[in-house]
Amino acid sequence: MTAVALDDRIGKAWKKPPLIANPALRWTLFIGALAYVVLAVASIDVNWSRVAEGLSRGWAFVTAFFTPDFVSRGGDIWAGILESVIITITSTVVGIGLSVPIGLGAARNIAPLPVYLVCRAIVSLSRALNEIIVAILLVAIFGFGPLAGFLTLSFATIGFMSKLLAEDIEEMSKAQAEAIRATGSSWLQWINYGVQPQVMPRLIGLSMYRLDINFRESAVLGLVGAGGIGATLNTAFDRYEYDTAAAILLIIIVTVMALEYLSGIIRAKVQ
Amino acid sequence: MLELKKLTKTYRTGDKALQDVTLTIPKGQVMALIGPSGAGKSTLIRCINRLVEPTSGSVILDGTDITALGTGGLRKMRRQMGMIFQEYALVERLTVMENVLSGRLGYVGFWRSFLRKYPQSDVDEAFRLLDRVGLMAMADKRADELSGGQRQRVGIARALIQNPRLLLVDEPTASLDPKTSRQIMRLICELCAERDLAAVINIHDVALAQMFVERIVGLKAGELAFDGKPTEMSEEVLTSIYGEEDWQATIRNVDDEEDAEADVAAS
Repeated sequence: MTAVALDDRIGKAWKKPPLIANPALRWTLFIGALAYVVLAVASIDVNWSRVAEGLSRGWAFVTAFFTPDFVSRGGDIWAGILESVIITITSTVVGIGLSVPIGLGAARNIAPLPVYLVCRAIVSLSRALNEIIVAILLVAIFGFGPLAGFLTLSFATIGFMSKLLAEDIEEMSKAQAEAIRATGSSWLQWINYGVQPQVMPRLIGLSMYRLDINFRESAVLGLVGAGGIGATLNTAFDRYEYDTAAAILLIIIVTVMALEYLSGIIRAKVQ
Repeated sequence: MLELKKLTKTYRTGDKALQDVTLTIPKGQVMALIGPSGAGKSTLIRCINRLVEPTSGSVILDGTDITALGTGGLRKMRRQMGMIFQEYALVERLTVMENVLSGRLGYVGFWRSFLRKYPQSDVDEAFRLLDRVGLMAMADKRADELSGGQRQRVGIARALIQNPRLLLVDEPTASLDPKTSRQIMRLICELCAERDLAAVINIHDVALAQMFVERIVGLKAGELAFDGKPTEMSEEVLTSIYGEEDWQATIRNVDDEEDAEADVAAS
């Protein structure tokens, strides 16, 4: 700091240096972004007469929430919910079971390079393919029904859990793991004593979060024929039974909120 | 007992952490390793149990060349070298007892350790050590509930339950207050004397090292810069290791030391 004389600085205002130093580039980017937004908005083609027509239908759907009908399709709703719960729990358990070894393999600080690359490839594949696309493929292979939903969500869980677990392992305290290694432990003992205690709270928290995601996803997957409450919801929409649809949506909302509350309690307990 | 021969470590970045370090430590000798940050003290200690792989040279413990061992042999050898860490390095979410028993991992099989079903002799020894370091009552507390000094005592118990021949101690007092630092250093040195253990102690606090150990080795930029008795420590030596500074206050004279000892004993 001796290069700049103090006298030159005294009495002068100080400004934070801009993010992009070159003023020409800075203004070009700014005006370019603005022009893009204007053009993009102008290119949206809205059919206002269609909207006016649709608004009343939308309103009918919204008002149905004031008169949800749990009863007239009660049996279907119950069967759908039960199927969704089964899909959710089985896919979460199987997905997590598979995520743990893949997550260990995808953590650069504990896995050798070949294992790391294979596990990362599995994670990338699982994350690149959207659930809906996987579900459409699996419905085509296994036919309509909950099996396709179960497989889809197990596959999606692997991508989600393995990636986040691997990231948590990569951020763990090196010192604690090193101390266990220095005792002459085997690799498995090292994982069990040096790594697992450090990532367990996050693993439990993520598992609860994934359970909640899988339940919501199971409702969406029904729309493409992969079983669960989504199938019941789809049927209700097809029949314009908005009050039944509203009932199903309310059940989904309440269940997701309950799961979230539960996961909050569990996560607070396992710190 | 422990011999380092031309030990050299060059990191992939090209940093030469250690250059041709040759040292011999006889049985039962407690040696302090001093030197500025980045002089290679931590690297030296980690090259001994191969937490860091040396680039060349050899480490020989009781006639066995550690640098030549395979994975299984290295694990057996690591059991014989207890390590005590800077900032304790306890597994924070495990209990004190689990942390102490983890020192036996090299001796028990996976399922025993996984189910926490350690042999009774190990459990007895763990309690004996916890009693020795004054933490009997804390056995079932989680490690992160303890204070700094208490945690380091657990770290000491974990190293000793390995029944080691050598202690590797990396900055044991780095984050402790002056009084606790002395107590921890005293405990380590007492235990070494009781069990006739050799120890290599990395330490920043030159005065503290002079107070407790029988030999001081200075490391500067990866090379040996001093090797002698604590009483041979002089301003010139400190300047040669660390660079120019007023060292008068750092070097202890004998009178001072006895006063300090009396202080600690009284408190």
